[in-house]
Amino acid sequence: MDRVVMPTQNPAERIHNFKEVALGFTPSLALEEASRCLGCKNPPCMAGCPVGVKIPTFISQVKAGDMDGAYRTITIDNNLPAICGRVCPQEHQCENLCVRKVKLGGSVAIGALERYVADWALDNGVMPEKRDSNRFKVAVVGSGPAGLTCASDLAKAGVNVTIFEALHEVGGVLVYGIPEFRLPKELVKKEIAKLASLGVKIETNVVVGKTIFVHELLDEFDAVFIGTGAGLPMFLGVKGENLSGVYSANEYLTRVNLMKAYEESSSTPILKGKSVVVVGAGNVAMDASRTARRLGAEVTLVYRRSRAEMPAREEEILHAEEEGIKFNLLTNPVEILGEGGKVSGMRLVKMALGEPDASGRRRPVVVEGSEHEIKCDQVIVALGTSPNPIIKNSFKDLAFSPKGTILADEDGKTNVDRLYAGGDAITGAATLILAMGAGKKSASSILNQLQSAEK
Amino acid sequence: MEKFQILSKTDLCPRVKEYVVYAPMVARHAKAGQFVILRTDENGERVPFTICDYSRENCTVSIMVQEVGATTMRLASMKVGECLKDFVGPLGNPTDLSQFDSILLVGGGIGSAVIYPQAKQLKAENKNFEIILGARNKDLFFYLDEFKSLAPTHIVTDDGSIGTKGLVTDKINELIGEGKRFDVIFAVGPLPMMKFVAKLATNLGIKSIVSMNSLMVDGTGMCGCCRVTVDGKVKYACIDGPEFDGSLVDYDEAITRSSTYREIEQTHVCNIRG
Ligand SMILES: Cc1cc2nc3c(=O)[nH]c(=O)nc-3n(C[C@H](O)[C@H](O)[C@H](O)COP(=O)(O)OP(=O)(O)OC[C@H]3O[C@@H](n4cnc5c(N)ncnc54)[C@H](O)[C@@H]3O)c2cc1C
Ligand code: FES
Repeated sequence: MDRVVMPTQNPAERIHNFKEVALGFTPSLALEEASRCLGCKNPPCMAGCPVGVKIPTFISQVKAGDMDGAYRTITIDNNLPAICGRVCPQEHQCENLCVRKVKLGGSVAIGALERYVADWALDNGVMPEKRDSNRFKVAVVGSGPAGLTCASDLAKAGVNVTIFEALHEVGGVLVYGIPEFRLPKELVKKEIAKLASLGVKIETNVVVGKTIFVHELLDEFDAVFIGTGAGLPMFLGVKGENLSGVYSANEYLTRVNLMKAYEESSSTPILKGKSVVVVGAGNVAMDASRTARRLGAEVTLVYRRSRAEMPAREEEILHAEEEGIKFNLLTNPVEILGEGGKVSGMRLVKMALGEPDASGRRRPVVVEGSEHEIKCDQVIVALGTSPNPIIKNSFKDLAFSPKGTILADEDGKTNVDRLYAGGDAITGAATLILAMGAGKKSASSILNQLQSAEK
Repeated sequence: MEKFQILSKTDLCPRVKEYVVYAPMVARHAKAGQFVILRTDENGERVPFTICDYSRENCTVSIMVQEVGATTMRLASMKVGECLKDFVGPLGNPTDLSQFDSILLVGGGIGSAVIYPQAKQLKAENKNFEIILGARNKDLFFYLDEFKSLAPTHIVTDDGSIGTKGLVTDKINELIGEGKRFDVIFAVGPLPMMKFVAKLATNLGIKSIVSMNSLMVDGTGMCGCCRVTVDGKVKYACIDGPEFDGSLVDYDEAITRSSTYREIEQTHVCNIRG
């Protein structure tokens, strides 16, 4: 029995719209896929899930038609399943360890089933349960997956939570980074409505470290969680990088996603390139490429390693290829060329893979005499991000690594009493599920600390 | 009063208005040299404006806005009592002139509004300073009496309709020629003006500080839209600035970057004006 393939919007059509690409399982497809799960006694898949979702249990509930039960099972460990089902790198996590992977028709589509259950719950208005006790006050800084998860767990335990978010909308990367066609913003809104129903207060337009300081929050609240992410974009450091027409992926995606620059009604401008080069090969690079494609461009992706090393989710790479994104692999930019201050092309070199480096991947080395030029009118740089220095510069008591990430232990504890941190702010740019896991751990250690202080 | 409510709106000169906005959290920590980012409405873009004045008691922040594009015109059409959709700040680093004893403040165009809080602060600190204000003609000045009450104020216009005819750089040369000495020139205004003031300052062996009014989106270091080259390195105006050593800024690059959306902006404005 082969893995059931999720229906998708046809590529020729979808490159002209921002609607969701992957359409989700129908009830019959879901049932068919759920019945492929062997219900292993010692399920290997669970070891691959950073938050330990009870995968065979929820799948057996889907099989039995107990959707409510399946949803409750998932949400014990995962507060944002509709989102994780769509954007987790399942092929490197749970699905990588599924016993069906190699010889039995492919791994069970765990992510797709998780999404199916979560979408059912959102459509049916299933709301989380809340315990009313309101004994403690906790501030959560940043409203990405780490902050949202921490806030939700604390609120469910009866804590008074206030989220402080710098931007005008809640969701972090979920609203400014990941595009509509991969993660509909309606869905993020519904998840956030659940938080509000738990009594979580949300203060947007507050930059902690500017509008209000961490020490003030520590005075006012019993504990503080920092989940400010790793938003600061890195650039190539080559000549021509500040020409007009060179964007960081964050700027490009923020203009399009958060500010809706693709809609006529939006006042936020975006340059629509005809021939766009995207540098990088992670999820962010795929999102930027596919967004540029939808805004009408021919898109070439430039990456210095080979296809096997591309860090993006497999599904995103496939979808990008289907949409006609050209992959220019083993190639690296050395200069962005300009005319009258605007991008006109790029000078590149060919690379070859040498000995493995610290990351275990083979190190790309420049091929002598391989310099060449291509024409383009826009460049989007997606090389990764690091934490912004606002908290660091405004709160000297807190310990940071040389890379600018906050130092925190397994439980999210920092060197400052009652101050916790998690997500990309402590790991550097990573994944949604790791950020959620960190938010969860911190919520439980915050509860422990507050409850034991009370005794 | 509601969050981000416009409490007053005053015409300062043609196409320039001062808005006083109710924003308790912004007013609480605001300092001279910092800025806010606002959105007028749900479909609005995020645009930065320098904080021109603030009152911690009244919980208000003042900004001065020249009507140059779609957003600033939309703002001009808003009435007293209406609320802005978003208003976040104070962003960027406050001005720090504490290491200097004698200071020359130079403001060009709407930039003169921006040096008003610095002038107030220097006066409060009992610092030795003078002010040069420059603009195209006499209609473009405001706060003149206030400036004059704070320090010796020199006025320059392109057409000589008020003050001396000429450029702010001419006035700087004149003051230096009279034997006046300054430790630093603090210049805010259009990019070409800051470029020439900084160049002159370097030639005169005086340190200069300029305030970069880059295009921005988030204002928290997340997008890199505001990047400027300073001393050959990439800096973010929103978190490393907005003020930089005037002798080290790549102005020509900043000028082309600032015109990135000029064409698009022009069509937007035409649509509004009909
Ligand atoms: C385009 C893109 C695509 C991605 N695709 C995937 C994917 O497919 N799968 C996957 O697993 N991961 C993906 N990731 C990574 C994933 O989104 C992040 O790892 C995750 O969002 C980190 O969550 P976080 O809560 O730590 O931080 P963030 O989501 O970055 O949220 C941090 C929030 O804090 C706010 N903030 C920052 N500073 C302050 C301050 N001083 N005061 C107040 N608020 C502040 C920010 O505005 C932001 O809203 C992607 C990332 C990007 C950018
Ligand atoms: S405005 Fe986005 S980084 Fe400065």
